[in-house]
Amino acid sequence: MKILVGLKRVVDYTVRVQVKPDGSGVAIDGAKMSVNPFDEIALEEALRLREAGKASEVVVVSIGVAACMQQIDTGLAMGANRGILVKTEGAIQPLTAARVFAKLCAKEQPDLVILGKQAIDDDANQTAQMLAALLDQPQATFASKVEVDGNVARVTREVDAGLETLEVDLPAVLSVDLRLNTPRFIKLPDIMKAKSKPRETIELASLGIESGDHLATTQHAPPPKRQKGVIVKDVPELIAALKAKGLL
Amino acid sequence: MKYTAPQTDMRFVLFDVFEATALYAALPGGEQHGRELIEAILEEGAKFCEQVLAPTNAIGDSEGCHYDQASQSVTTPKAFREAYDRFVEGGWTGLCGDPAYGGQGMPESVGYVFKEMIESANVAWGTYPLLSAGAVDALTHHGEQWQREVFIPRILSGDWTGTMCLTEPHCGSDLGLLRTRAEPTADGSYRISGTKIFITAGDHDLSKNIVHLVLARLPDAPAGTRGISMFIVPKYQVARDGSVGERNPVAAGSIEHKMGLKGSATCVMNFDGAEGFMIGQPNRGLAAMFTMMNTARLGVGVQGLGLIEVSHQNALAYAKDRLQMRSLSGPKRPDKPADPIIVHPDVRRMLMTQKACAEAGRALCIYSALQVDLVSRHPDASVRQRADELLSFLTPISKAMLTELAIECTSHGVQILGGHGYIHEWGLEQFLRDARITSIYEGTTQIQALDLLGRKIMGQQAVGLRHFLGEIGSFCTAQAANAVIAPWVTSVARHAQDWEVLTREIGTRAAQNAEEIGAAAVDYLFYSGYVSFAYLLAREAEAVTRASYTGTAEFRDAKLATVGFYFDRLLPRTLTHAAGVRAGAASLTTAVEAALV
Ligand SMILES: Cc1cc2nc3c(=O)[nH]c(=O)nc-3n(C[C@H](O)[C@H](O)[C@H](O)COP(=O)(O)OP(=O)(O)OC[C@H]3O[C@@H](n4cnc5c(N)ncnc54)[C@H](O)[C@@H]3O)c2cc1C
Repeated sequence: MKILVGLKRVVDYTVRVQVKPDGSGVAIDGAKMSVNPFDEIALEEALRLREAGKASEVVVVSIGVAACMQQIDTGLAMGANRGILVKTEGAIQPLTAARVFAKLCAKEQPDLVILGKQAIDDDANQTAQMLAALLDQPQATFASKVEVDGNVARVTREVDAGLETLEVDLPAVLSVDLRLNTPRFIKLPDIMKAKSKPRETIELASLGIESGDHLATTQHAPPPKRQKGVIVKDVPELIAALKAKGLL
Repeated sequence: MKYTAPQTDMRFVLFDVFEATALYAALPGGEQHGRELIEAILEEGAKFCEQVLAPTNAIGDSEGCHYDQASQSVTTPKAFREAYDRFVEGGWTGLCGDPAYGGQGMPESVGYVFKEMIESANVAWGTYPLLSAGAVDALTHHGEQWQREVFIPRILSGDWTGTMCLTEPHCGSDLGLLRTRAEPTADGSYRISGTKIFITAGDHDLSKNIVHLVLARLPDAPAGTRGISMFIVPKYQVARDGSVGERNPVAAGSIEHKMGLKGSATCVMNFDGAEGFMIGQPNRGLAAMFTMMNTARLGVGVQGLGLIEVSHQNALAYAKDRLQMRSLSGPKRPDKPADPIIVHPDVRRMLMTQKACAEAGRALCIYSALQVDLVSRHPDASVRQRADELLSFLTPISKAMLTELAIECTSHGVQILGGHGYIHEWGLEQFLRDARITSIYEGTTQIQALDLLGRKIMGQQAVGLRHFLGEIGSFCTAQAANAVIAPWVTSVARHAQDWEVLTREIGTRAAQNAEEIGAAAVDYLFYSGYVSFAYLLAREAEAVTRASYTGTAEFRDAKLATVGFYFDRLLPRTLTHAAGVRAGAASLTTAVEAALV
């Protein structure tokens, strides 16, 4: 069984991202970049499936600028067998990413695609769902537990009402939630070994996909500063105040 | 206690200020040590230190080490063993080791950056790997082939750890006094007998075997430092074919109860005819020990650096949070009952002192560590020699400055938290207690200062200083037209000149009265340290204002603010130290005879 895992390059979670003064975007030049934490969990799960003998190969994919090779290196150091960089300078929105994965699936024929449920930069939570639709394959999103048994994956999902367990036929697309596992610490010798693992670079255009923005961003603004609060004496005063603000 | 490795600054110093990758590329095999690989390693190393090691720091302090009389053995805090196992599992013990012996062959300078993280996260725990690195060093330079082949791979794998056994009850700074004996035997090994005290990691439960490097005297050895030889004495006997045998008669007699560093076992070690093998030449043991002294002393300097950094991080977080009093210029947080203490200028002075010392100290450590790489690997002998002279000169400065400043800065950490700083649970007082030993072991500040002024300046015609001043001169000339950093460059140039003058003045006076050296040494060392810091910070300022700078505006602004603070508020300390040097020896010798009765 082959598993394809997406690794998105995102601004590290420890960086405090600031909006540029002119509102044209956010200032992330020179900021520390990392693998999207949800994607690390996706890879960890794939590696555990391989270590349990359920899968034989784990392929990591990153889409974006040439520097995304760093995230592929991280994936290879964690234990993936090989990496594919789909290179583009353009913006990658969920539909583009889903199309890229669909093309790669056609070529690689994985039994499972495991993605993070969202990326911590745009928080879109769309790629896995779009990919399942494009491939016309079953999907199980927000996984907090994954068991693979022959041609079936049993997936426990975190939903608003609690936990739900689905069985999906393979091939399928999964997206993972935070509580699925804790990604391993990478061993030093594995970082060194990662350098010699196979990796390839494909130009986005060669897949017949345009990066194209499907969304136009008009302006960036920081959240409004919190206003100074007022202390009210009692409930009637609170209600009056809310009414005065037109909130009730 | 919280710790986040300052990776942005570490990368900046290594790659942007000192352009380490270009330097590595000139070393054999160094072309593989690219920036991305090193960043990936440091990132994983940081995860280990932040998530595995830092949580064991307070536990180790409370639990301490325990000695069992019956088995004469020492147990370390339980959390230390777990962390050590994960350290070994992660392959970190071999980071800079020779690939021929199973190491990963990374440059020492990368190792020092990683060490800083370890020392911030848990300095007591860090003593165990630190001593192992010292043992590998000694074996690499002075061991016979079988000794290297048998011992080094097992130390690099973390299975075995090392110690350095110098100190004896009557013999600390003055190693010439040591008495431990080594009797030759028919099979070429030696029987070692004597008592060593204060031996870090002398016994513990982290590794399967412990390899002691012991200084001792042969039966016919001359008195003093010229009669000392070095031996390797394993806890469990090791044969030349590498097989491990019986327990060697070397054991811990007790452990010390200390002010700090409680998770680090400090042992009395009794050698009762223990089997050992000589390393290096007879009676040349001290010289052999000295080759590893630079790295061990830099290592202790890094302990100081790590403590300054972690104390700063925790004090800074507290200062943003704690509300007391209003800003003198009117409320800064009118929505709160008081302003956070970070608005008060003197709280800022303490925080900025910590920050400036950490950043300048990091630059000095990395700069020195890059010289270690050049000394050990550069193909050109003249480059190696220059680096060696520079390193020997900078080592005592680095060790003494960083450890003395660690005591000052961790004390600021306590002060910033007020009464809470004095309370155990906050962790700030532990940093201060742990820092206190660093200016004592591996040669006290006084011994470092004598090494600098007596040996490196007077004894070697100031060759290291001349290299360093030459480099400072070229930097100042090259940056003369750089308007952004002009005031700092001018200040560095002026101080460099005065450094040279001061050095000559002491030389002249010392020719009349040898006591002048001892009287000037510590002030001279501090003077040298503050000027070195100024030069390195000016280079950092230059690096953030270059057209090719790729970091964030936030980092650049913070750096320039820190450099500005340093030149305004810390560099003027040179005035006091220069005055101390110029006051001459009388006030410390004849003139105070009557006062010290
Ligand atoms: C926790 C801990 C761990 C240690 N680990 C080790 C270890 O692993 N291996 C090991 O061998 N040793 C170790 N030591 C010993 C340590 O290196 C010595 O304590 C240190 O070198 C100082 O020696 P001393 O204590 O005998 O002090 P002394 O040499 O007696 O010095 C006392 C004071 O006199 C000053 N002094 C001495 N000579 C001069 C001079 N010429 N000019 C000016 N001032 C002078 C010193 O600076 C100091 O202030 C450790 C000590 C401690 C406390």
